[in-house]
Amino acid sequence: MEAVFLAFVLMLSIFLGFELISKVPATLHTPLMSGANAISGITVVGALGSAGAGLDGFATALGALAVVFATINVVGGYVVTDRMLSMFKKKVAPATGAKR
Amino acid sequence: MSLELINVWYIVAAALFIFGLKQLGSPATAVRGNLLSAVGMLIAIVVTLFSQGIMTYTWIMISMGVGAAIGWLAAQRVAMTSMPEMVALFNGSGGLASLLVGWAALYNVGNTSFTDITILLSILIGGVTFSGSIIAWAKLSEIMPSAAIVFGAQRIVNAAILVALIACGVLFCMDPAVDSPFLYAVIVLGLVFGVMVVIPIGGADMPVVISLLNSYSGLAACAAGFAIHNNILIVAGSLVGAAGIILTNIMCKAMNRSLGNVLFSGFGAIKTATKVEGEVKPITANDAFLILEAASSVTFVPGYGMAVAQAQHVVRELGELLERNGAEVSYAIHPVAGRMPGHMNVLLAEANVPYDQLVEMDDINPRINNIDVAVVIGANDVVNPAAREDENSPIYGMPIINVDHARTVFVLKRSMASGFSGVDNPLFFGENTRMLFGDAKQSISSVIAEFKR
Repeated sequence: MEAVFLAFVLMLSIFLGFELISKVPATLHTPLMSGANAISGITVVGALGSAGAGLDGFATALGALAVVFATINVVGGYVVTDRMLSMFKKKVAPATGAKR
Repeated sequence: MSLELINVWYIVAAALFIFGLKQLGSPATAVRGNLLSAVGMLIAIVVTLFSQGIMTYTWIMISMGVGAAIGWLAAQRVAMTSMPEMVALFNGSGGLASLLVGWAALYNVGNTSFTDITILLSILIGGVTFSGSIIAWAKLSEIMPSAAIVFGAQRIVNAAILVALIACGVLFCMDPAVDSPFLYAVIVLGLVFGVMVVIPIGGADMPVVISLLNSYSGLAACAAGFAIHNNILIVAGSLVGAAGIILTNIMCKAMNRSLGNVLFSGFGAIKTATKVEGEVKPITANDAFLILEAASSVTFVPGYGMAVAQAQHVVRELGELLERNGAEVSYAIHPVAGRMPGHMNVLLAEANVPYDQLVEMDDINPRINNIDVAVVIGANDVVNPAAREDENSPIYGMPIINVDHARTVFVLKRSMASGFSGVDNPLFFGENTRMLFGDAKQSISSVIAEFKR
């Protein structure tokens, strides 16, 4: 029964994802991609569970390694997206733009 | 914290991800959107740390510290021109994490066979994402040749790997032991398959691969969510999976090719374009300046060559000089220009070009007849009229920016070698085309020097 419930969640989220992304302007494709990439680092939550559950040594090592890589994904993804987005500026006034 | 309470917080995190993605859809709200989704992630991580299942914190703290330091440093240091490589690497590390989470989930007690299947899927998709991203990274940073690597028996080899994968997967599920040899076989085969999937895809098709791998990294997280029965992984993973698929689809449409065609055939392998012959009309920086000075509307059409030449800053400077000279300046960007979706937009944004000057292909084409000068910088296929006219061209049918319809076209080009796909470009011989040979950055600098004289 739980599998069916999880599949239900999966289906709804996929539809939601399609709805959310389908109208993004081309200008933002790269930040959107790296922002979404950071979200896919959510696997860190699973990694924390494996690393801290006190399983046997090898499983804990796998979990800890997973935490390292997932955290790289999360932190790197958000920081780099923020760096990119902060560069996108609207036109202020022609004269001030030229002086920078 | 009880399981119920944790799940309530997961709902909050999921809502923040959704709002965040929604706000990433408009330049005005995008920064806040990214922040919202980061807050969602923080909430998800913190409540997980307080869950009763977690007994030891030593390893968690050490590994989170190491990961955060690496991720933060990499993200701070990367140059905007190397962004495609960076995104590929982050993708790969997410995939690897999902592989490891799936693997570790095998050590949980009381897994059902459904769980075993999802564990296997998370190992497989995670592995493909990881090795595929590493290959994509190597191609983008030119550590390995960026062209498509195609060999005769490729399809047969791939099919064999796939069959072996399925066989090993079934055998593993029949006896899911943590030291089953079939488990190791699946891990290795998954990694090999990731390599095989990406090597036949050439440089100009990289935007498709990058967005597809992005989608895979989401699906891998999603599979890991099934493996450990965690809703937030499923929700967030499938959001990313769907986003990646949509971007992939946009990229494919922009090239008028199906996903299957991009994935399974090396670029330009089937047809050879009709060779065009003609005379190119070179132009000096001084003549270019005279024409630009008289122009009342100018559009720049950048391509990957602009990234290679690091010419975005001088392009912006020239654009500003032209504006002060009274011309209307825009930047026309083809959806697949560069090596990842939106690559050119990021570079121009870095150079302080306001985003309202960046126009999409469908906006510029209807009015390109009225543009005085179109300046093509390091773009080739996306402005090649053969895509419109030559049925034998490998890129026939791909929508292009019709720069040849502008009153005058400047093409900035290093030399007279043909572009990436090896197709000859009739644009170079056009009646209204002028070639400005040399390094793009230098050519534009000398035009700027003329302006300032």
